[in-house]
Amino acid sequence: MKILVCISKSPDTTSKISFTDGNTKFDENGVQYIVNPYDEWYALVRALEIKESLGGSVTIITVGKAIDDPVIRKALAIGADNAVRIDAEPTEAYFTATQISAYAKDQSFDLVLLGKETINYNGSQVGGMLAQQLDLPFVSVASKLDVNDNLLTVENEVPGGVEVSELSLPAVVSCAKGVAEQRIPNMRGIMAARTKPLNVVAPIECQPLTSFVSYELPNEKSACKMIDPENMDELVALLHNEAKVI
Amino acid sequence: MILVYINTLNGIGKASYEAVTYAKKLNEAVHVLTNGSIDDQTLSSLGEYGAQKVSVHRGINAVDSTQICNLISSVAEQINADTIVFSHDYIAKSVAPMLSSKLKVGMVPGAISIPDADGNISVNVFSGKAITKIAINTDKKIISLLPNSIPSEKNETSCVVEELSLEIVEAKIKIVSKKELDGDIPLPEAELVVSAGRGLKGPENWGIVEDLAKTIGAATACSRPVSDIGWRPHHEHVGQTGIAIRPNLYIAAGISGAIQHLAGVNGSKVIVVINTDPEAPFFKAADYGIVGDAFEVLPRLNDSMKRFVAENN
Ligand SMILES: Cc1cc2nc3c(=O)[nH]c(=O)nc-3n(C[C@H](O)[C@H](O)[C@H](O)COP(=O)(O)OP(=O)(O)OC[C@H]3O[C@@H](n4cnc5c(N)ncnc54)[C@H](O)[C@@H]3O)c2cc1C
Ligand SMILES: Nc1ncnc2c1ncn2[C@@H]1O[C@H](COP(=O)(O)O)[C@@H](O)[C@H]1O
Repeated sequence: MKILVCISKSPDTTSKISFTDGNTKFDENGVQYIVNPYDEWYALVRALEIKESLGGSVTIITVGKAIDDPVIRKALAIGADNAVRIDAEPTEAYFTATQISAYAKDQSFDLVLLGKETINYNGSQVGGMLAQQLDLPFVSVASKLDVNDNLLTVENEVPGGVEVSELSLPAVVSCAKGVAEQRIPNMRGIMAARTKPLNVVAPIECQPLTSFVSYELPNEKSACKMIDPENMDELVALLHNEAKVI
Repeated sequence: MILVYINTLNGIGKASYEAVTYAKKLNEAVHVLTNGSIDDQTLSSLGEYGAQKVSVHRGINAVDSTQICNLISSVAEQINADTIVFSHDYIAKSVAPMLSSKLKVGMVPGAISIPDADGNISVNVFSGKAITKIAINTDKKIISLLPNSIPSEKNETSCVVEELSLEIVEAKIKIVSKKELDGDIPLPEAELVVSAGRGLKGPENWGIVEDLAKTIGAATACSRPVSDIGWRPHHEHVGQTGIAIRPNLYIAAGISGAIQHLAGVNGSKVIVVINTDPEAPFFKAADYGIVGDAFEVLPRLNDSMKRFVAENN
């Protein structure tokens, strides 16, 4: 099994979010980057489990600049065999997917895994675009994923239930909670990651389809109204008359 | 012409009416496309929200993203659609990006506004901690509308329903089974949500949460540790690593309000927090707060709601 896992960085989940340049750029000052949790906890760990049981290799790929190398090393420390970095700023999903598909096209991966979404831009777009460009079937937001010979079994949480589907490899799947459990890298992994191959590839020409024009923070909540725990009739009245939600 | 793709595999949900309303607000002729075995009469209800025409392909009964992507692109081409609107549900999340890449048309995932004067559309980013405006650089556009962002509006038009008999590509994905879950209201669509966290102490105590949810017709949700330890099913987990919801009312009992939890619920219109600790961070994000024991407050709130429901029905 030759598996490709798409890894993105994202700001640490506790980061304070602010913007610069007249609210047109994310302010990276003091922001710690982590591997996007869906990519690390679910896609990467499941890829490693499949490799451990069936053999093969796990390659991680990131579209990003040299500043992202520490995030790539972290994913290598968890157990990926080698890494590819496409040397470009990932401005938007179509650009990112096009870079990854250009690299993956001739590499005959059996399985391409992604996270369900990045927690900064929350677009859930790269996986579908990538599958389309590679002409492979795509299952999104898997909550369970098994490989048997050439057959992939995927579970999806859909409204009102869980759907189980089957498809043959190769395929592209985006992963969410349930697919695997988070793994903490150990010292040996961290040491080994330092010398694992990281192949830096030049980007191809690609016109982005969209652009981020400006950012704003949501309106501040007005102060919380405190209600006497003995008086739930008051809360109900407020929800009805003031908030108008019931 | 605007093409709206909706998922009707489980009937027509509220989010589909919102998508049709949204398309109508873009001020053009609205053509709806769907697939599956849904009947004509149910489909014609879409006319009440502004659809002029509804096309249904009854040959596609399951979710194969490539197949649906091809169906939409053929119809979009046939009717020369300049905008394709989705409701940002699980089908749109897989199909819309494929379509965007296939047609080389820019898409906005999870739109929360109609285009402004410059054509830019707002979406939530950084897990609800910020909003960005996205510009689509192509002439044609794909917009996937976040549920609960735009209320549906009646907009009577006369509507015809037509059955499509297009050739479709073979499905590569086979649905082998479907397990039904209990819990009637799908969480992402729920207008009212009652949620609880580790403060509830154990799964055996969830009766008071479910009772309240039942009284007001709400869905139930939980914090991540609660689903991690198996007190509640995974699909109830809301937050950064679970699902993001934006109901009208979110009632949170025994949840501290960690930033990763807030990331999934801060789009709610009104938040009620019940917590024994007056310093719990959740109060900063709440509209109404109750410092008190969930084991006393929830049943009391349930009684008050019962009276309210009885009086108002
Ligand atoms: C990368 C990352 C991602 C994460 N993603 C998520 C996510 O998606 N969703 C999520 O929820 N969490 C997430 N977390 C975890 C998050 O940080 C918190 O640990 C979690 O939300 C806490 O859950 P809780 O509020 O139920 O429990 P606790 O933090 O233990 O809080 C329990 C609360 O109950 C109150 N309480 C106790 N007894 C009572 C009583 N009798 N009546 C009323 N109140 C009472 C306490 O005062 C306390 O405030 C994530 C963490 C990380 C690091
Ligand atoms: N810059 C990137 N490099 C590599 N993979 C990425 C990048 N951005 C996003 N991805 C992958 O695509 C998934 C979905 O991202 P998104 O479409 O941005 O929500 C992520 O979980 C990653 O697996």
